[in-house]
Amino acid sequence: MAELQKETAVKQVYEPKAYKKNWITPKNFPYILIAPTVILFCLFTVYPVISSFIMSFQKSDGAGMAFVGLENYVRLFKDPLFLTALKNTFFILIIQVPIQLFLALILAAALNSKLVKMKAFFRISYFMPAITALVAYSIVFMIMLDENYGIINYFLSLLGMEKVGWLTSTTWSKVALMIAITWRWTGYNMVIYLAGLQNVSESLYEAASIDGAGRVRQFFYITIPQLRPIILFTFVLSTIGTLQLFDEPFILTEGGPNNSTLTISLYLYQNGFKYFDFGYASAIAYVLVIMIAILSWIQMKVAGDQD
Amino acid sequence: MKTQKNISKILLYALLIAGVICSIGPFYWMVIGASHTSGEIFKVPPNFLPGSELWTNLKNLDESIGILKVLGNSLTITLIYTALALMICSASGYAFAKFKFKGRDAIFFVLLLAIMIPYHVTLIPLFKMMAALGWINTYQAVILPNLAYPFAIFLMRQNMKALPDSLLEAARVDGAGEFKIFFTIVLPTMKPSLAAVAIFLFMFQWNNFLWPLVILNEQDMYTLPVALSSLIGLSKVDYGQLMMGTAISTLPIMIFFLLLQRQFISGMLGSSVKE
Repeated sequence: MAELQKETAVKQVYEPKAYKKNWITPKNFPYILIAPTVILFCLFTVYPVISSFIMSFQKSDGAGMAFVGLENYVRLFKDPLFLTALKNTFFILIIQVPIQLFLALILAAALNSKLVKMKAFFRISYFMPAITALVAYSIVFMIMLDENYGIINYFLSLLGMEKVGWLTSTTWSKVALMIAITWRWTGYNMVIYLAGLQNVSESLYEAASIDGAGRVRQFFYITIPQLRPIILFTFVLSTIGTLQLFDEPFILTEGGPNNSTLTISLYLYQNGFKYFDFGYASAIAYVLVIMIAILSWIQMKVAGDQD
Repeated sequence: MKTQKNISKILLYALLIAGVICSIGPFYWMVIGASHTSGEIFKVPPNFLPGSELWTNLKNLDESIGILKVLGNSLTITLIYTALALMICSASGYAFAKFKFKGRDAIFFVLLLAIMIPYHVTLIPLFKMMAALGWINTYQAVILPNLAYPFAIFLMRQNMKALPDSLLEAARVDGAGEFKIFFTIVLPTMKPSLAAVAIFLFMFQWNNFLWPLVILNEQDMYTLPVALSSLIGLSKVDYGQLMMGTAISTLPIMIFFLLLQRQFISGMLGSSVKE
């Protein structure tokens, strides 16, 4: 009896009639597939983004929040600490991102050369920093950059240079931060460029060689123009990343000395989770959103107009 | 002509090897440091050879942060997160790549937009939400917010596009249900892409810092990065211990990377680069 029931059950599944009765069809199936994403995304991204926008016009008032209009935003642009954070972030952005991307381009071009063997070894070595936790590498750099006993100052002393107060001087702390970020991301960008270079036709370089162009000229007149869309892509990504810089200054310098490495994200974190000033922190977050939107738009525009 | 070629060869190798020393040097230094005492790490001239304090550092680290508990937290959170996020993101990726449905392009556009939005914007509302639910210091509070990861969905969609429509149609004609097609045809065929995205998700969660830092404030619940950062706040920092901690947080993922570097890199870069 049980045997028989099983048989009919199996039959039903494979009969076309049974398939038509099935409530899952190619029409509604995609909605079932995206349902978890949409629910989670609305709960944990869309709702917070809207809620944070509303909060940026509010202020803690006893137990609840009271509407204060643009007060938080006005306060931001009178707040010397916020302006310092803004300046620091842009300083790092303007100097570090071009250096890092240029370095990545040079390494990619060198590694793409026919003269070089063991390409896989180099590629893996350069990519390695990109897989480490920001917290872990920040700690290692903190130790290596110690002013008196750090290994980096030791190497500098071998070259006959003075000790550098990497984490104690207001100028050098910024440089230290930039060195750490460059270490972490150059190889990552290099691998992106290397992937792009595989699509550049070899004949371009050959033609240039015959015309007598040297390696440096080839780099500037062939490699860079050919990779332009990818360079733009990495520029936008690095810009977004730098504007959100948090882990490195949090661990390496805690924003110091004398706020010289205070970044926008770090200031946001301090206001939100040290002083629990949620309205003010939300206003900082929205200034960040607007800046990322504007900078990404400018970068796209600049690249688009040249085509 | 030949000497010129040799000179450029030497210059190239010099440049590349200098790069390798810079990128791998800190890892070597970390492993060496994990086997020395605080004093030995800061000796001038420095030690470049392994020391004898590996075991002591491990014991001290365990006493101050409970390394097994912390490692367990990190592993549990990361593994559950990776499994769930992989299912959710691959399902969505499949829908976006292989079905036409109302609102598809609009939803996909909103997801892409979210890649640009800084994570910090959601931080405070999420924190308030978790506090209201009583979920501060819980695994689910760390896991849930990033499950629908837009970038992973984007990667899955790009990869699923390569799946031939005729294969799916043939299965439908044979009477296979949609779920059956997804689980027995789509997912097995996409194994390499799934592996790459899984690695990307795993690494993201393993290294994740800011959100766990905000939502976890009991030492028993700390993940590895949060526990490490708590060590720096102490008045007297034991650097040997600290190096041991960073080595423990880095070495597993490094070994993982060396074994699977092909998938690793494609997981990090995606197919956006190939186009």
